[in-house]
Amino acid sequence: MSTAAAAHVEHGHEEHHDLGFIRSYIFSEDHKVIAKQYLISGIIWAVIGGLMSLVFRLQLGFPDMDMSWLKPFLGQWINESGKLDANFYLALVTMHGTIMVFFVLTAGLSGTFSNFLIPLQIGARDMASGFMNMLSYWFFFISSVIMFWSIFIETGPAGGGWVIYPPLSALAEANPGSGTGMTLWLVSMALFIVSSLLGGINYVTTVINLRTKGMTFDKMPLTIWAFTFTAILGILSFPVLLSAALLLIFDRSFGTSFFLSDIYINGHALPNQGGSPILFQHLFWFLGHPEVYIVILPALGLTSEIIATNSRKPIFGYKAMIFSMAGIMFLAFIVWAHHMFMTGMNPFLGSVFMLLTLIIAVPSAVKAFNYITTLWRGNIIFTPAMLFAIGLVSFFVSGGLTGIILGNSALDIQLHDTYFVVAHFHLVMGSAAFFGMIGGVYHWFPKMFGKMMNKTLGYVHFWFTFIGVYLVFFPMHYIGIAGFPRRYYQWSGFETFNTYADLNAFISVAAILTFSAQLIFIFNFIYSIFWGKKATANPWKSTTLEWTTPVNPGHGNWPGEIPTVYRWPYDYSKPGAKEDFIPQDVPYSATPESNLPEENEMISEEKEIENIEYNHNIPD
Amino acid sequence: MVVVIGILALLFLVLTVLVIGKTQDLLKGVKGEEAIEDENANDVDKANDWNAIGLFVFWIISAVGVVWSYFDAKKDFLPEASSPHGRETDYWFWVSMAVIMLAFFVVNTLLFYFPFKYKYNKDSKATFYPHNNKLEVIWTVIPALIMAGLVFTGLRVWNKVMDDAPEDAEVVEIMGRQFAWAVRYPGVDDNELGNYDFRLMDDASGNSFGIDYTDPKSFDDFTNGTEMHIPKGKPVLLKIRARDVLHSVFIPHMRVKMDAVPGMPTKFWFVADKSTEDMRAELNNPDFNYEIACTEVCGRSHFGMKLILVVDEPEDYEAWKKEQTPFLTQNPGFIEKVPANLKARALKYTQGEEEVALVTEVTEEVVE
Repeated sequence: MSTAAAAHVEHGHEEHHDLGFIRSYIFSEDHKVIAKQYLISGIIWAVIGGLMSLVFRLQLGFPDMDMSWLKPFLGQWINESGKLDANFYLALVTMHGTIMVFFVLTAGLSGTFSNFLIPLQIGARDMASGFMNMLSYWFFFISSVIMFWSIFIETGPAGGGWVIYPPLSALAEANPGSGTGMTLWLVSMALFIVSSLLGGINYVTTVINLRTKGMTFDKMPLTIWAFTFTAILGILSFPVLLSAALLLIFDRSFGTSFFLSDIYINGHALPNQGGSPILFQHLFWFLGHPEVYIVILPALGLTSEIIATNSRKPIFGYKAMIFSMAGIMFLAFIVWAHHMFMTGMNPFLGSVFMLLTLIIAVPSAVKAFNYITTLWRGNIIFTPAMLFAIGLVSFFVSGGLTGIILGNSALDIQLHDTYFVVAHFHLVMGSAAFFGMIGGVYHWFPKMFGKMMNKTLGYVHFWFTFIGVYLVFFPMHYIGIAGFPRRYYQWSGFETFNTYADLNAFISVAAILTFSAQLIFIFNFIYSIFWGKKATANPWKSTTLEWTTPVNPGHGNWPGEIPTVYRWPYDYSKPGAKEDFIPQDVPYSATPESNLPEENEMISEEKEIENIEYNHNIPD
Repeated sequence: MVVVIGILALLFLVLTVLVIGKTQDLLKGVKGEEAIEDENANDVDKANDWNAIGLFVFWIISAVGVVWSYFDAKKDFLPEASSPHGRETDYWFWVSMAVIMLAFFVVNTLLFYFPFKYKYNKDSKATFYPHNNKLEVIWTVIPALIMAGLVFTGLRVWNKVMDDAPEDAEVVEIMGRQFAWAVRYPGVDDNELGNYDFRLMDDASGNSFGIDYTDPKSFDDFTNGTEMHIPKGKPVLLKIRARDVLHSVFIPHMRVKMDAVPGMPTKFWFVADKSTEDMRAELNNPDFNYEIACTEVCGRSHFGMKLILVVDEPEDYEAWKKEQTPFLTQNPGFIEKVPANLKARALKYTQGEEEVALVTEVTEEVVE
């Protein structure tokens, strides 16, 4: 693939510097540098994953197309008559899913913003363990290299869907992608999980232990709450995927029968007996479902911050937001089997999981209502970040609503594994999380690189992407309601699915345009890093601590003492105040004109906060 | 179509270049005043109003688009249901759809109207309104009640659909393999499926089902690799299995879907109340056929696992069944697998074979 070269160039240019540079930019322990490493890796992966989706969208939208022109990129995967190989089609959808879910929206999103914002927003010099943090990135990097390598091997990358259900993924004779490609997939994911755990433990530790004076839990920005919940979800669920992956490795390579039983393939019966393919699905979705919240919660956290800042209004229902995120986190662990209604699992279990699944709609709805009420009677500034945040809320609502139908096991009978599901999750967690990530980049770019991104290009990027995403995923619901199954190379073999050819072509064109619009972003991103307009320390007039650092925060983030926190993070447009925002490090004693009665009482506690002594035996 | 994409892509590129060029111009134009205006570089400009209006206009156009495209695409939604439980799930699908569409329009309207209404105005100030517990309670309780209603109705339907099949249900076994479906019937003599074992499967000898001929119930079982026949108006119990990887039986018109799992037999029962002929008349399409598809990715030809389902009038179905020859009759070699004490019972299926090929009436006598 052509992006291979691009990927090497991106990473390569950092290596041309002397040793000091290597320590500060490559094997760096500084959370800000690591965040940027995650971000750039995430963007590269997003381009690869996006290009893959374009190839299979071409196949789905234009099944009769002559794809010979792709031969220089795809080689043997385009056959003599110019058709995409059906096995490679499956490999593409598998890799697209894996890359987007794990490498872009987990590593690229959490990795970037948890790393960047946690120390800056809670007032810490760095992560609890800078070394672990560095290890976390480099495990991710090795995992990326292995996954990337698997794209180029002769039998192709893993091809059983990103959920890698055995026996398909366990038997090399069942599918070429289940050979070396699957081995590399499993190894890569095992390393990815190590990376994710190293990161997650670090995030939670940092949030609990390294908050600055006065930064009690009830004064933490919602971003930090979101990152913390995300990290807890990851720490508790990723090990389960690791165990599933290990057991699958045993089944594949050492003849065990955890997931295999009663199989006859290629003219012979396999000796495996007593295993259960359903067991794997339980283990997979025990991570797999929390994973979608691992993807969406950080995006919601970023959105909370962006919406409050740009509405010039406190986020509505700060505590309700925390409780609803906590509720979502808790429920995320006990809804996994709604992915398995049709697997032959006991229908009673189906009833239980349906009940739990529909409960999760309640805290999600609360979040959406709170965002909208935050906009109400605001004084809204539409920065590109704000536009993407509003787009996120729209996707979260539109995509989340169809979850109410899919979570209903009786209705899931018809819709399970159809395009309705594809439309649902691409809106609610795919595009929404992607918008959170992009919005986050626009919003925190000035703090990351000390430059401003071009606003006009940001607007253009937003409008093309926002309209494009709806044009791609809204019609997919229709195709799903008509019953079109997922992961089909083409549908023309079935009379029942022989409609909507025009709609599929439409979706493909919309997908190509939406992807092309991302080039605007990439151009803007690179251009602004080098030639962007210089940023000010607090360009959005925001209240949280990261904006009290210099334009380019150095190692340790604050040149002098770390600021002390006196108030909650959302004092926007407070009645009586001169400015329409009061940063968290401004004491109540300095703002008598705008204090609420209960806040005046807190002035007496300020001395106490300032006199807190930390144990400096713990290096920070 | 390639041309269309090409043109659109080109258009897109041109647009991008134009925008970039324009931006450069603007930047150059601003440069002169930059020194003075630096402090206010991020101040709100005209674009703010345009974005606010844009969001609202986007929503108006989208709302129209959603309604229009819905009616345009509707004819192919949920292919005509041919089972009573299917019509019930369809009904609740549309009820849920109505509920979520209402929420979709209300919530999105507010979401896109507020930005328009409360766009930045340098003379006004946002309202400091951090929380309202009453509101939080209201919008927790209302969705909770709606969810409770949907859960209740959903559970009722789900339990009914997933309940045990009636005693008199017609049993048909369907087995998924890479990349085809095959069906096995219990036979007309004992009407019971014989045992199977995956270790007995052998494509070379033809026993792809792994039928166990030490079980006398197997003797009259017959198989089919091209069509499944079921009677109209009678409960049908599908016994579902897979022999290599996961598959999933999907009969779109029957609203039937259930995974086929190696090593774990599954089932699904339903009633088809429209025969293939009924549907051909109803849809005015003489070529109509019910189809069975696979919806669990199973490898290269996942998209090609089609089996035709024929729903017969009950009497036609019985007649069709009688016409079928048991697997043992077609493959008399398997008589070797039958234990000595059962040989006599098995022989009547294999010895009749020569005559069967010529005169079907004779078969029936032999069978009886």
